[in-house]
Amino acid sequence: MLEVEGLSARYGQVEALRLVSLHVDDGELVAVLGPNGAGKSTLMRALLGLVPTQGRVRFCGADVPRRNPVAAAACGLVLVPEGRGIFGPMTVAENIELGAYLLKGNRAEFARRQERVLALFPRLKERLSQVSGSLSGGEQQMLAIGRALMAEPKMLLLDEPSLGLAPRVIEEILEKLGELNRKGLPIVLVEQKAPLALKLARRAYLMSVGSITAEIDPRTVKSHNELAHFYLG
Amino acid sequence: MNSLTSTWAKRGSNPVLLAVWGLASALVVYVLIRGGYLMSVLQIAAIYTVFVTGLNIFMGYTGQVSFGHNAFAAVSGYTSAVLTATYNWEPLPAAAVGLGGVLLCALIIGYPTLRLRGHYLAMATLAIGLIAYDVAVEWGSVTQGYMGISGIPPIGIGRWTVASDRGILVLLIIVAAIGMFAAAGIRRSRLGRAFVAIAGSENAARALGIDVSHYKLVAFLISAFYAGVAGSLFVHAIGFVSPEVFGLHMVVLAFTMLYIGGIGTFVGPALGALIVTLLPESFRTFNEYQDLAYGAVLILILIYAPGGVASLPKLLSSSSRRKPA
Repeated sequence: MLEVEGLSARYGQVEALRLVSLHVDDGELVAVLGPNGAGKSTLMRALLGLVPTQGRVRFCGADVPRRNPVAAAACGLVLVPEGRGIFGPMTVAENIELGAYLLKGNRAEFARRQERVLALFPRLKERLSQVSGSLSGGEQQMLAIGRALMAEPKMLLLDEPSLGLAPRVIEEILEKLGELNRKGLPIVLVEQKAPLALKLARRAYLMSVGSITAEIDPRTVKSHNELAHFYLG
Repeated sequence: MNSLTSTWAKRGSNPVLLAVWGLASALVVYVLIRGGYLMSVLQIAAIYTVFVTGLNIFMGYTGQVSFGHNAFAAVSGYTSAVLTATYNWEPLPAAAVGLGGVLLCALIIGYPTLRLRGHYLAMATLAIGLIAYDVAVEWGSVTQGYMGISGIPPIGIGRWTVASDRGILVLLIIVAAIGMFAAAGIRRSRLGRAFVAIAGSENAARALGIDVSHYKLVAFLISAFYAGVAGSLFVHAIGFVSPEVFGLHMVVLAFTMLYIGGIGTFVGPALGALIVTLLPESFRTFNEYQDLAYGAVLILILIYAPGGVASLPKLLSSSSRRKPA
């Protein structure tokens, strides 16, 4: 469904991604793991065309246009960015509405999507008129995911959804992601907290210094030591 | 800009804001009845309300910076002035041509400059304002240079003109109110939500399918249009224009009004325009210390109400919540 071939990206002189190749099949939940600075977030931004890249990204059988995130979003490739990227001065309802930005005036379809999102995250329903900047971290993450779901993605890209959240909230959010994936939504999950991501993922890629260093089958990782072996080589 | 607190989420009647509006309305009614010098002061406040409301769309909603909107007021103001005073056009068609010129200039200027961000965008727009000032000074055959153009007719159609000070003030208040409510409509629309999303995070907005460059340009054009309306209103209300009218001073005043009133809010531009035009008049009795007192009050407002006067209700309600029962 998503095929990435030889993707490279630079920030000035710094090579942030080096010839990254990976694939995600229909219905899969694939984790991208690695330490800070490995290039995971750059990879997410590169997939969407938010940074200049070289290489090829194919999604649903067609090339994703380079440097055109609007076209990528229209293809159904939707990113929940690192740090959530919610619009603080807006209400929860306005943030949710922005998720369906490409839907334009179709009110019936909008209502259907909103109902589905609010059923998945009932806490958002209670806070529709609240300024989203005043939500707790967990609620903001729910809002960021809910907003992305309003776009009815064909694939969801999540960049560090556990960042800065309490363990119980992380569990709740990962549970929801698992639920979405079981319903057929393919997900690419970038995480630093590898054990949590491996619980959910069918496959995982390990990144280091801008490159993919290993592809892991989570079922084969039995202990923290084995995981450390993948990280440290 | 994205940390701005907005009053949008909690619309509805607020006693403090209602009191402020009540005071402002009482002042307008008093001035309309009594007439006098304050009439001119309120006329300037109403014109600046239009200008700052436009700037608020670009800076407050969309989170961009512009030090050059005085250029658009100058383009429209001078077009109106030259066409009416030199070529005897009617004020409305002259203003319409001026606004067309403003939109064209904003499109030509905005397309390349809006690729810049932050300080670089600020510097580029500042340069545009300075260029407009120099053109107004140097193109003497059209603009009369420093001498300026006088004898500009008041706004009107055919024999029907708004010539009295009271009539001009009422007209300006109506235009300012239309401008404010149009801006509020924009903010509540799909377009306005895109603007605020861009202010929040350009990348997050792009990831949702929002064409950031396109909407920045649209915000720039709308705010330039407001500046153009203010420019035309100014020359027809005052009857005179010179380069100083649309100089750097206008930018400084507009920024002060925007931040004192409350950037990103509905009422901020009007409150800011009222306060910043009325304050110096209130301190006239201070004689040589007038500017000192005026500056001190502005600083105090910004220290104790960093979100501007429009944020006062929110500040007061949060401080009353903090008080022990």
